[in-house]
Amino acid sequence: MPGEVEAIRLEGLVKSWKGPSGPVRAVRGIDVTIGRGETVALLGPNGAGKSTTIDMILGLARPDGGHVSVFGRAPSDAVKAGLVGGMLQTGALIRGLLVHELVSMVASLYPDPLDIGEVLELAGLTDAAQQRTEKLSGGQTQRARFAVAVVSNPELLILDEPTVAMDVEGRRAFWVAMRAFAARGKTVMFATHYLEEADTNADRAVLLAHGRIVADGPTTEIKGRVGTRTIRATLPEVASNELAAIAGVNSAERHGDAVILVCSDSDQAIRELLPRYPAARDIEITGAGLEDAFVRLTGDPDDDEVPATGPEVHSAR
Amino acid sequence: MSSATYTRYELLRTVRERRLMIFGFGFPLVLYFVIAVPNRHMQDFAGSGVTAPLYYMVSLASFGTMMSMVSLGGRIAGEREAGWTRQLRITPLSPRSYLRAKVMTGYTMAALSLGLLYIAGAALGVSLSAGDWIKTTLLIAVALLPFAALGIGLGHLLTVDSVGPAIGGTVSLLALVSGTWFPVTSGFLHALGQCLPSYWLVQAGRVSIDGQPWGALGWAVVLGWTVVLVAFAGWAYMRDTGRV
Repeated sequence: MPGEVEAIRLEGLVKSWKGPSGPVRAVRGIDVTIGRGETVALLGPNGAGKSTTIDMILGLARPDGGHVSVFGRAPSDAVKAGLVGGMLQTGALIRGLLVHELVSMVASLYPDPLDIGEVLELAGLTDAAQQRTEKLSGGQTQRARFAVAVVSNPELLILDEPTVAMDVEGRRAFWVAMRAFAARGKTVMFATHYLEEADTNADRAVLLAHGRIVADGPTTEIKGRVGTRTIRATLPEVASNELAAIAGVNSAERHGDAVILVCSDSDQAIRELLPRYPAARDIEITGAGLEDAFVRLTGDPDDDEVPATGPEVHSAR
Repeated sequence: MSSATYTRYELLRTVRERRLMIFGFGFPLVLYFVIAVPNRHMQDFAGSGVTAPLYYMVSLASFGTMMSMVSLGGRIAGEREAGWTRQLRITPLSPRSYLRAKVMTGYTMAALSLGLLYIAGAALGVSLSAGDWIKTTLLIAVALLPFAALGIGLGHLLTVDSVGPAIGGTVSLLALVSGTWFPVTSGFLHALGQCLPSYWLVQAGRVSIDGQPWGALGWAVVLGWTVVLVAFAGWAYMRDTGRV
């Protein structure tokens, strides 16, 4: 087991798919290194290139350009060596097996799997061990898929939007299981389009939009950058650069008489805004969707160049 | 770390498919009794050279086993749709082991189907020497190779929705032309049938009179189709997993 190499190294990664109206440039040049033991969220809206990037890390897709290495090896070699476990975005379970049989079936493919009972406990499936896979609830199904991904005791675990279509309680149980696995010193990368999930469950977030990394850093920092709330107000005759200077405001835009303030701390911003500009009216405070935030961060989605006006890429590590 | 455990669970979950068991095994068995019982005293059945119970035992076994093999495609298409094939591709399971497990599953189902028809045949008075039972079985096993490849190829090529009709249609047509329902001994259908592996599957029942029911033509057709369909299955598998 190589001790020094990074878990994942992506260099100049480029990938296009054939789409109905010409090639879709899913990944447009990604460089990132994930160290051992990190828990990293791959954050971005739908179509940002998260799944394509993950497919390339897992060896399910071959890059058009650039290089992927997983523990210093080609992805397929890392997979063959049993170093990688993955939970893909789309996936049901095969029918006709009990949960413990399914996990045993997958375990039998690996040189040094975990104990089946231990995996079921980790995934919170001990009580469901004797159930047929087709009888599981949505949350149980996802946790069974998680068990399938971790039974090999992989050094690197990759989860592609693991909590999609799960209820709140299901999500909570799922992330408990993930964190328990990460606590064993494993490297975990998960894709999500929920900032909340990245913030709660990862140490670091890599933001993708339009196939590029637009920010990379500790989740607290990313949260500040993306802006958690947006204040909209009608406020004529105040320059947007004055508004952007208000504490808690990340950026300000003017559209006619309306202003839009993207805030890292909307509570602080509104407290300063109102005394300073009492004329402000029609005030709305909304949670900023990631989509909106990414549009702001990245500029024109079809622009091939890295946007010159966009914020600089953080490289905190 | 071996694919034996994997194969064992593959078999287990196939055997647990109740619908598959009922239609895959029950259907040929019921048909056998419906068709063969009224004709059970016919010695040279419709010019086939063998008794009606023997003829239909082998022809319906051919149908059942062919179905067992081609049905691999239905399960593969389902696993692809469920994302399971991709999940397996991020395990150390090699394509070779994956395909071997599929073929073994097909043969196990075929063996069960065959066993049931043999028992039914014996019940209707089919009696062969031990050597002839074995020879018939071996010929059937060989003639099933192209159908295993066909099933795997269809499973990796078609969607869940289209694979069912494709399998049903293909097997029904092959069965008709190859003499499953009634011996085809002359004319265009006979000429066409002789070019198909399913025809020779049915002809395996002539072991007791011919000894060598296939001859050079039979072997050439069966092995030729095996080569062609293995190439097709390989192409479909590569195309399906071609995201790599």
